[in-house]
Amino acid sequence: MKYIYDLHKVMLKQSLLLVYEGEFNQEITKSVLAMAERNMDSFGEQRKVKTKVFNVMMECIQNIVRHSESYQEDIYGKNNAIFSLAKTDDHYFVLSGNPLFTTDIEKLESRLKEINLMDKLALKEEYKRIIKTGRIDPVRGGAGLGFIDMSRKSGNKIRFDFEKINDELSFFSLRMTIDRNPNAGGDD
Amino acid sequence: MDVINLEPTEDTPKVILDKDRQVFEISGRSLPEDAAEFYQPILDWLDEYENQVNPDTKFMFKLEYFNTASSKLILDILSKLEEIEGASVIWYFHEDDEDMEEAGEEFSDLVDIPFDFKTY
Repeated sequence: MKYIYDLHKVMLKQSLLLVYEGEFNQEITKSVLAMAERNMDSFGEQRKVKTKVFNVMMECIQNIVRHSESYQEDIYGKNNAIFSLAKTDDHYFVLSGNPLFTTDIEKLESRLKEINLMDKLALKEEYKRIIKTGRIDPVRGGAGLGFIDMSRKSGNKIRFDFEKINDELSFFSLRMTIDRNPNAGGDD
Repeated sequence: MDVINLEPTEDTPKVILDKDRQVFEISGRSLPEDAAEFYQPILDWLDEYENQVNPDTKFMFKLEYFNTASSKLILDILSKLEEIEGASVIWYFHEDDEDMEEAGEEFSDLVDIPFDFKTY
């Protein structure tokens, strides 16, 4: 049972406040958000920061819910993904990972790169453009609006990468950074 | 007209639409899984109200969190209010929540209704 201790050490080393791995749905979303919120309240995080972290977590998890499919259930179970919140002295990190079809990477990657090239004002205009003109599909979301919102609220660029799982699947990892001292400015 | 009076939940806001008492309010958290489904009765109510409006309609938004799926529906509500003569919006935001203030400003850019910004 050494893996329990190993897991504990990884969590401490990476400053992980919470990790959820498994199926994602709306009930789980509410539970994870409530847990993270109580956690931040327990050490009196300032409201401004807490609100941003909550917002980013909310979009991140709902993105997973919207896009989760059952990929090769024998390997991944049903709608499986991982979500985590980490805290250091200066930052919160909202982390997520989920499998996707390798053929879907190109489109996602180019959209994320586009979003990362936008400054604050461009993100604002893009957000307004999408909510005004873009029909948001209730199931699949709309044109990366979730990523745009996460990027705006976090004030930092989206970090992401893809790892090959097998011939068909890859693993998409996402990291959003929220500064604990927002007035100090982001990494942009 | 019927009154809509919804208690807040973990992922849906408190909603009061009451023509006689002149209360029009959406407050709290809006992160439902299916925002379109949640907001449809509110949009339907506004369609009916449009035919029998009060002299003025102060619609209050006092949101703590809303997800991107809700943002489109909030814009749909505001677009309906645009059609209602004498309608205005009171947009509340917590004094430490610049993002919610900015969200209100963005909505006010997208529709042609007076917005009154207030902190709590």
